[in-house]
Amino acid sequence: MNHLLSIEDLDRAAIERICDRAASFAEAQERDIKKVPALRGRTVLNLFYEASTRTRSSFELAAKRLSADVVTFVASGSSVEKGESLKDTVLTLSAHRPDAIVIRCPWAGAAALLPRWTDAAIVNAGDGKHEHPTQALLDVYTLRRRLGSLTGANIWIVGDVLHSRVARSNILAFRAMGAKVTLAGPPTLMPRDVQEAFGVEVRTTLDDLREADVVYALRMQHERMAEAYVPSLREYASVYQIDGRRLGPRQLLMHPGPVNRGVELSGDVVDSPQSLILEQVAAGVVVRMAVLYEVLASARTGEPAPEPQTA
Amino acid sequence: MSAPGIDPLVRAPVPAVDLLVRDAHVLDPRAGHDARRDVLVRGGEIAQISEAGSIEAPAGTEVVEARGRDLFPAFVDPHVHLRTPGQEYKEDLETGTRAAAAGGFCCVVAMPNTDPIVDSASVLRSLRDAAARDARVPVGFMPAITKGLGGLELTEMAELRACGALGFTDDGRPVVSAGMLRRALQYQRLCGGVLALHEEDPALSAGGAMHEGRVSALLGVAGIPSISESSMVARDAEIAGYEDGRVHMQHLSCVASVDAVAAAKAAGWKVTAEASPHHLCLTEEAVRGLDTRMKMNPPLRTETDRRALIEGLRSGVIDCVATDHAPHARDEKEVPFEQAPMGTTGLETSFAVLHTELVLPGVLSLATLVERMTAGAALLELPTPRILPGEPANLCLVDPDAEWIVGEDGYESRSENCCFAGRTLRGRVLLTIAAGAVAYRERSFAVSAAPEPEGAGA
Repeated sequence: MNHLLSIEDLDRAAIERICDRAASFAEAQERDIKKVPALRGRTVLNLFYEASTRTRSSFELAAKRLSADVVTFVASGSSVEKGESLKDTVLTLSAHRPDAIVIRCPWAGAAALLPRWTDAAIVNAGDGKHEHPTQALLDVYTLRRRLGSLTGANIWIVGDVLHSRVARSNILAFRAMGAKVTLAGPPTLMPRDVQEAFGVEVRTTLDDLREADVVYALRMQHERMAEAYVPSLREYASVYQIDGRRLGPRQLLMHPGPVNRGVELSGDVVDSPQSLILEQVAAGVVVRMAVLYEVLASARTGEPAPEPQTA
Repeated sequence: MSAPGIDPLVRAPVPAVDLLVRDAHVLDPRAGHDARRDVLVRGGEIAQISEAGSIEAPAGTEVVEARGRDLFPAFVDPHVHLRTPGQEYKEDLETGTRAAAAGGFCCVVAMPNTDPIVDSASVLRSLRDAAARDARVPVGFMPAITKGLGGLELTEMAELRACGALGFTDDGRPVVSAGMLRRALQYQRLCGGVLALHEEDPALSAGGAMHEGRVSALLGVAGIPSISESSMVARDAEIAGYEDGRVHMQHLSCVASVDAVAAAKAAGWKVTAEASPHHLCLTEEAVRGLDTRMKMNPPLRTETDRRALIEGLRSGVIDCVATDHAPHARDEKEVPFEQAPMGTTGLETSFAVLHTELVLPGVLSLATLVERMTAGAALLELPTPRILPGEPANLCLVDPDAEWIVGEDGYESRSENCCFAGRTLRGRVLLTIAAGAVAYRERSFAVSAAPEPEGAGA
């Protein structure tokens, strides 16, 4: 695997391979010295066109724990605000000879353009409302640890699917792993033809939420109110909030963060034992280590990466 | 108001041609030709059409051996963007009309969304002056309906008509206000000139970058729903009917728009419509890879829509083909899909792509294609190219069997944002004669002149 651009590019075996490698890195994370020398001497460049605390720090930590050198460019305040095109920015940064570029960009397909302009391995850290593949991988990893296998699992993704790259990547990843995916949310925030596009079920209420083994709540952005997608957060919460009343004791709860307590999730479910939210954050680092290792250790050979030395 | 006294078409002066096309398959459905013929052009006019092999070339007349080749009336494109003035880095009158000639066109009509916008007589006059220097084929101009394409104030339509305006359009933008369109249609009674309408309700399309449907759901790209077009087509057809005005619906893209035009025609309203080669040959599936060359407005839609457009073109509900040739510079298109400007070039590929995708598979007859690629003239009250004695020579010679790869030899256009780039097409324009003069000759196309008269040196 040379790049990670989209979950669409991965089959079940590739997803499992990344999760297995993440698990082996996770063992190292239990030690006092968390660093492994797997990518010593390699340079990872984070190029972030959008504010993102957790994805960015997660990638930085992942690179550092693999002993790679890591540089982060944040678009605000840089030449990008002076009108430099994505192409020119990438050409300029490529002159530093990074081995991998991790890119977060507000435009769909941006990551997929980069291989035209650089030899670096590209990791998509979110492109517009299109995809966020490492989020999907860490969610699969988290669920696998809890459920063993996703085959046959009923996963409900609840909320603003229309604007969610997390939803799109997770639908693809969960389905690739054999889960059954149901989408629920306001009809105004559900893409037209999404059922046909992804082979999922679509509901407009949470009446049948008890069918779910896993409830994956999406973040509800405040600006959706101004755009008249929903009349008020109060009404949204009354119909779609996952709370103690709606979440059953045997159901697992996930969320990509950051959580709006009292909007998409009630405070009590965030803190409940069913919540995997902090496990997702922890998984973020080891899964991104696995992804960086995958694209860098196998980038030039085309072969699956050899087992890393974790000692 | 009487018809304007000046020719609405302009081009650079060129010598009239003398030429004998020998043994071509001459196809002009309006003139009743569909047979092997010799066609003699003298002084830029069609002088004689006779049995193949029956005409002797007068001395000094170039002879084109055309056995196995098709000779059509040259095409007319009522909808192109030539980018002059102000955006000559994308295209200009010379490169745009060179592209037109290479596509077999003898006439193109330029849209006003330039910089400055063609919304005053002074801009129109200077543009016509430039065309009289630079244009390889005759060009007509359609100034804006509203000043600055702003949708708020009418342009000085009467003065513009007197300066040669073919009609009016706010192309690139809709006339959002029904009241404003109604005023323009009322004013049309004074000044004439078709109103060509880009139909789109921005309340439904704003922010969209591709067709709203299965593929936009997959890609997470905001969609442009088909109703944003069809609801405006229906609205404006009805307003035109009420005012007995003349409107032309640009670049139809969906089933419901075709239905709305059919209903308008059935009601007797003066409504015509066009469709572009890309909407006739491509669907939203082409956008899967977020290739910015596939980004246009209106967007590529579904297979059902595409089939409805083809059927509309076949039946005549859609009157003509228009390329909406929209060149953009490479760096403008080499950006993420959502940031890219809308538009594809089309002049150089239109005939070949429709021949390959519709005629060869038997979906559309060649005669119908030729008819629809020339019908744009009459819609804009221009003379229709015809292969008849005494008519000005507007001819397009095509090798129907020649295969070529789009873009392989570059483009005549200054821009390369062609949605058909890389496709292998069958059918290549070899020679274009526009208004009596040679406008294009394919590079590898050999011509053999008749023996020079004695003593006439080169």
